[in-house]
Amino acid sequence: MRIWDLHTHFPTSNGLASAEQRAEKLLRCADRMGIERLCLYMGFPWSQDPSPEKFRADNDQVMSVLKKWPDRLLGFVYVNPKHVDPSLAELERCIANGPMVGIKLWVAQHCNTPEVKRIAKRGHELKAVVFQHTWIKAGENYAGESTPMELAELAQGLGGKPIICGHTGGDWEKGIRAIAPVPNVFADLAGSDPVAGYTEMAVRELGAQRIIYGSDASGRSFSSQLAKVHGADIPEAAKRLIFAENLIGLLGPIMREKGIKF
Amino acid sequence: MIPRRDFLLTTLAATASAALALHGEASSTELIDANVWLGRWPIRDLPLAEPAALAAKLNANGVTRAWTSSFDGLMHKDIAGVNARLVESCRAHPIFEPFGLINLTLPRWEADIAECAKHRMRGIRLVPAYHGYKLDDARFVEALKLAASQRLVVQISCVLEDERTQNPLMRAAPVDVSPLAKALKAAPGARVMLLNWLQSMASKPVLLTLADTEVLFDIAMLEGIAGIEGALESISAERLCFGSYAPVFYHEAAKLKLRESELNATQLTAITHENAKRLLFA
Ligand SMILES: [Zn+2]
Repeated sequence: MRIWDLHTHFPTSNGLASAEQRAEKLLRCADRMGIERLCLYMGFPWSQDPSPEKFRADNDQVMSVLKKWPDRLLGFVYVNPKHVDPSLAELERCIANGPMVGIKLWVAQHCNTPEVKRIAKRGHELKAVVFQHTWIKAGENYAGESTPMELAELAQGLGGKPIICGHTGGDWEKGIRAIAPVPNVFADLAGSDPVAGYTEMAVRELGAQRIIYGSDASGRSFSSQLAKVHGADIPEAAKRLIFAENLIGLLGPIMREKGIKF
Repeated sequence: MIPRRDFLLTTLAATASAALALHGEASSTELIDANVWLGRWPIRDLPLAEPAALAAKLNANGVTRAWTSSFDGLMHKDIAGVNARLVESCRAHPIFEPFGLINLTLPRWEADIAECAKHRMRGIRLVPAYHGYKLDDARFVEALKLAASQRLVVQISCVLEDERTQNPLMRAAPVDVSPLAKALKAAPGARVMLLNWLQSMASKPVLLTLADTEVLFDIAMLEGIAGIEGALESISAERLCFGSYAPVFYHEAAKLKLRESELNATQLTAITHENAKRLLFA
């Protein structure tokens, strides 16, 4: 079965110095697990609220390895809505005039804000895939961390263009409920424990065509995240959609435009 | 590096090896799953909650023996009843090896351990975070001594649910294992395995904290790419055991971890069954 991974980061483990060494380790593991392509975003070390200099450096790290593995890695540009104009300029540099195909928004600022909307809309004009991290934490979210409820709000103002709900809120039973009525929101399965029933509930409430496999490697293992699909009691056709076809559907237009073969 | 052609070959090989069989793994290979549960998980209806369905899944994924406790013991106070029902379920589905759940905060918990021995169990399981005691508790040391004297393995399950998704009225922080080394010194002969441990608990690196003990570790919550390889940088392969946390987790997660890390045959044998067996017969 064809597998594309929506959600990966450079390994942080000791001894790996360069972006290239880190990407190589990631790919070596991906090979063992039968993963064909990986969307890669953010550099190292991580910054939750990066300055424009920092996110440009992060994106340079990602672009440096895209060159080496153009048929394995897909880059998403990491930006910070608190610096909206430099972020929009970064979209031009990395997507319009560069090799990247998506946008990664993390925890610097809540997503139900005009700044995030501007970034998402420009992304859509460029045919980029827009990914917004979300969590619902029993303790406290980070100050700027979005919830799936906020993402649903943002998504309703995007003219039906797709946006991905990162982690499906982590507390996925709540996250699935929050995004279910907004059909342009896709669920990212990545980065939570491989709790049985997750994917079955998502398929039941959202339909398999709105769910995308991602791992959140390197912090997570590929195994625990692949198991959410391999182990789910859903039809094979649904697994194919979740493992690759939905993501290929979203990325296809921009990949074709950039001449990236797939 | 990793040219596309090689990648495609790998992919084809992986696809060909049907569901989840491992390279070079004969179907007769033993696989002991040290972290399985029956009974009712309180917050969710689990797809494989029924013993027959779970036994079938474990069988299909190559498990030959599953060390199993009952979730009923999280909340029930009639622990003897909980463990007696567990024994019955295990008798009906022989893949399950019963490990009695013990709650050290109940009066006469010692009698529950004795009862486990009478049932000819091989071990007991503790959930300190849910029963409300720490590992520097005198009762914990006494339990280790009693288990050792009855030749019962002691499993400590450190986390049952991600803290971030827990019911706000029922928060259970991961177990702080830093007092464990001292407790073990006071209870010679105790054989202990940690289940569902996180790399860092109570802000302490767990493998480092317990490096000088003989404690074993399961792999159910071992995360990070090539997580087993990562753990082997801190401890030897003799200290790791296969454990899935089924049916709460998809069983495939633990199974795939054996493939994600590059392990030689000796390491695989140790992790899949030899270490668990050695612990039983130590
Ligand atoms: Zn991530």
